[in-house]
Amino acid sequence: MKRLKNFLFLLAAAPVAAFAAGATVHLDKAPVNLTDHDSLQRGARMFVNYCLNCHSAGSMRYSRLQDIGLTEDQIKDNLLFAGEKPGETMKVGMTKADGKAWFGATPPDLSVIARSRGADWLYTYLRSFYRDDTRATGWNNTVFDKVGMPHVMWTLQGEMAPVHKKVGEHEVIERLELVKPGSVTLAEYDAMVGDLVNYLVWMGEPAQVQRKQLGVIVLIFLAVFFVVAYYLKKEFWKDIH
Amino acid sequence: MSALQKMMGWIDDRFPLTATYKAHLSEYYAPKNFNFWYFFGSLALLVLVIQIVTGIFLTMNYKPDAELAFTSVEYIMRDVDWGWLIRYMHSTGASMFFVVVYLHMFRGLMYGSYRKPRELIWIFGVLIYLALMAEAFLGYLLPWGQMSFWGAQVIVNLFAAVPFIGEDLSIWIRGDYVISDATLNRFFAFHVIALPLVLIALVAVHLVALHEVGSNNPDGVEIKKKKDANGIPLDGIPFHPYYTVKDIVGVIVFLMVFSAILFFAPEMGGYFLEAANFVPADPLKTPEHIAPLWYFTPFYAILRAVPPLFGSQFPGVVAMGLSIVFLFFLPWLDRSKVKSIRYRGPIYKIMLALFIVSFIGLGYLGLLPSTPVATIFAQVFSVIYFLFFLLMPWYTSIDKTKPEPERVTG
Repeated sequence: MKRLKNFLFLLAAAPVAAFAAGATVHLDKAPVNLTDHDSLQRGARMFVNYCLNCHSAGSMRYSRLQDIGLTEDQIKDNLLFAGEKPGETMKVGMTKADGKAWFGATPPDLSVIARSRGADWLYTYLRSFYRDDTRATGWNNTVFDKVGMPHVMWTLQGEMAPVHKKVGEHEVIERLELVKPGSVTLAEYDAMVGDLVNYLVWMGEPAQVQRKQLGVIVLIFLAVFFVVAYYLKKEFWKDIH
Repeated sequence: MSALQKMMGWIDDRFPLTATYKAHLSEYYAPKNFNFWYFFGSLALLVLVIQIVTGIFLTMNYKPDAELAFTSVEYIMRDVDWGWLIRYMHSTGASMFFVVVYLHMFRGLMYGSYRKPRELIWIFGVLIYLALMAEAFLGYLLPWGQMSFWGAQVIVNLFAAVPFIGEDLSIWIRGDYVISDATLNRFFAFHVIALPLVLIALVAVHLVALHEVGSNNPDGVEIKKKKDANGIPLDGIPFHPYYTVKDIVGVIVFLMVFSAILFFAPEMGGYFLEAANFVPADPLKTPEHIAPLWYFTPFYAILRAVPPLFGSQFPGVVAMGLSIVFLFFLPWLDRSKVKSIRYRGPIYKIMLALFIVSFIGLGYLGLLPSTPVATIFAQVFSVIYFLFFLLMPWYTSIDKTKPEPERVTG
């Protein structure tokens, strides 16, 4: 019995021991709302203006933006700049080799970036760039140290600088502080990044809104079917004792 | 005679249609006391069908080419009509197959379904489980994401740990020095045709063997021992209609769980579809943490729990292999006078509970990065896992059992 108790204790302690292993960066909660078409449309515009110069979205067709309430004409007039057709996917002119030469790593395709990184990571990352003159681009990031990507939206956010604190022997970044304001306030910038991340989440799986709607119908159907099947079974089994 | 009867007669003269229908459905007598645990056999069959049908449709648009594979999956998810539904059915089905099969196997352990005269059913079942693991492993490479690539790399490298021939063996499996287009093509071939054929054949013999000896039941007593004047087991009822209508209820409940995952959480928090697998395979970038999918993690944890010998992982690979090989011998390791857990003594109950806790514990540890503490836990669990089998002849023979009833107890 004592052995069993020890064993159960070990078992209870297992997750604690395991979770003590890794500490991660704190991530802010991204304001994701896929039914907010205005936000998704603003996010799409941000994406096309700021991301889609270096990053492609090779699985995403412009025409699919009709799912978030844009008409084909709106897509053509506002989002297609280089003679692309609405049925085409979001490609970039920059070659992979150029990307690698210029940034140290080819900028990844963003079609499913929200599915690999997660919305909160993207939301925090895009708001965590700071000035770092030791880096070739002049920028660094608290979420992604020594990142190859420069702060593309710096004209909006402005320039952030790190505030350090001492933890034991090491100097660590406690928080970032605005040193040179951009064209919008930090709160406005957060909202813009929120829209962009909302769009990235939607683009990661454009069928997801339809998926959930269909799911409700399927579950209701199965619930009704269950009642029928349950009483059918009961009827057949009433003689079995 | 009606036209239908005439036609049936015509067929029966040439093919045993009515006889087969009777032998396997309308006059296959199953014990009347099946409980919850007896749904999972028919559910496994259902998932097999789901996987085959969705697999056929996926194959119509998937491209087994290292340059195109990842994008072709996204193409299915976006541009193919209902492609997302088919793909999620297949990915959810893969994990749910293991959920159902693990519960099915646990049922066998609880009620002694592997005992005489059902040894071959059990052995065919373990072979199905092995084929299923191979099928899942091969299929996981196809989306060509980072976890597909590195997971396959790690597993194929296990073969490289075999002494003397290991290096050549792993190159022979990959068809290249690293996981590459050649590997993807052969894995695709095995995944869509070779293993499915093996699986279907094994499922067929599993069922033929089952219907030859008849099903076990929660009491572990043989219903064929007590028959009426017509030779029908007193505690048996025809599979059709009784168990067909009952299994339909099970199927609907299962489909509700299946649909809840498929439509509302297809990634299942990263356990059914891993986040890192939404990054295309990159042979030059090793992910920080490579974990196999959840259904392999108990064995992965056993592998990591065994320390290397002379710098070789081979002992771990052997332990992992043995952890499955032992399953085959279960019918002969168990010396208990009774089959069902209902009449077994406390020792077996404790051993089975420890075994299940170890298996789940190993599964949990296999998901985590290896740390010294985690390794100690994995070693403890691995030892319990093996002791369950190794000590079985001893503890099942000394265990105080209760007498089995003459008839099933409902």
